[in-house]
Amino acid sequence: MMSLESIPIQAFLIVSSALFCIGIWGLLNSRNAVRVLMSIELMLNAVNINLMAFSSYVDNNLIQGQVFTIFVITVAAAEAAVGLAILLSLYRNRVTVDMESFNLLKW
Amino acid sequence: MSIAITTQIICFTVLSLVILIGALGVVLLESIVYSAFLLGGVFMSVAGLYLLLNASFVAAAQVLVYVGAVNVLIIFAIMLVNKKEDLKPINDIKSRRIISTSICLTLLSLLIRVDLTNIWSLSSPQNSIGEESTIRIGEHLFSDYLLPFEVASVLLLMAMIGAIVLARRDVMSKDISTGLPVDQELIEKSSEPLLTNKN
Repeated sequence: MMSLESIPIQAFLIVSSALFCIGIWGLLNSRNAVRVLMSIELMLNAVNINLMAFSSYVDNNLIQGQVFTIFVITVAAAEAAVGLAILLSLYRNRVTVDMESFNLLKW
Repeated sequence: MSIAITTQIICFTVLSLVILIGALGVVLLESIVYSAFLLGGVFMSVAGLYLLLNASFVAAAQVLVYVGAVNVLIIFAIMLVNKKEDLKPINDIKSRRIISTSICLTLLSLLIRVDLTNIWSLSSPQNSIGEESTIRIGEHLFSDYLLPFEVASVLLLMAMIGAIVLARRDVMSKDISTGLPVDQELIEKSSEPLLTNKN
């Protein structure tokens, strides 16, 4: 077995790929609207892990990836707040959180 | 990074397992409350991965924003909408499951193949600034990323106002249908939903 100097970047990338795919699966398959929002947060976290890994392994002097991660965290917080507000307003009108019953935009 | 490589590998393995099993629990568990708390664990483990990558500031931001704000917000939303309801059965749920699972597995294999076969041009670790990353992030935020930084503040303001407007309950002094003054103490009483029977 060869000796490693540090964890290979591929390990981080595989973890983030798997996390992203779990997030997509949850987004497509959950019927509870809160769980859909949680899946979106999982996907955003996968993207953040990717950015951080590249920032540390490829660009470890300028670390622009870490700045991007800060911005992604900001946007994710705003997205969660607005998403949950929309969810509450939907719940008030429909009295359900089932994704299958939100068909107001169907024609 | 001064931690020995064996310790790093052990930490990475444990954190990755917690992240992946926790994420599977988030999407697969029956109870939404368990999912929310597992999501908090996943966020904490991601912060641990950031610490392994020498990014203490982003790890602290992750814990503060995700665990302290987003996760608490999600738990509050669950408390507000948590109602036992029997979901309507869907006829083609099985084929839908199969198709989405195969799409996700295909995407996963594609991504892992790219991760493993591509030759990344890694920089030399001598350049690493290590623990000075917080200073460097501050320099970035106030020089070349100044415009996105300011736009982010406007975005947060818009999100705050938008969330308040969307989620507030209109308080009226008069009941619309009867014309009688509304009892303000019972403002949380259940109101007639507007769109329930419109299917």
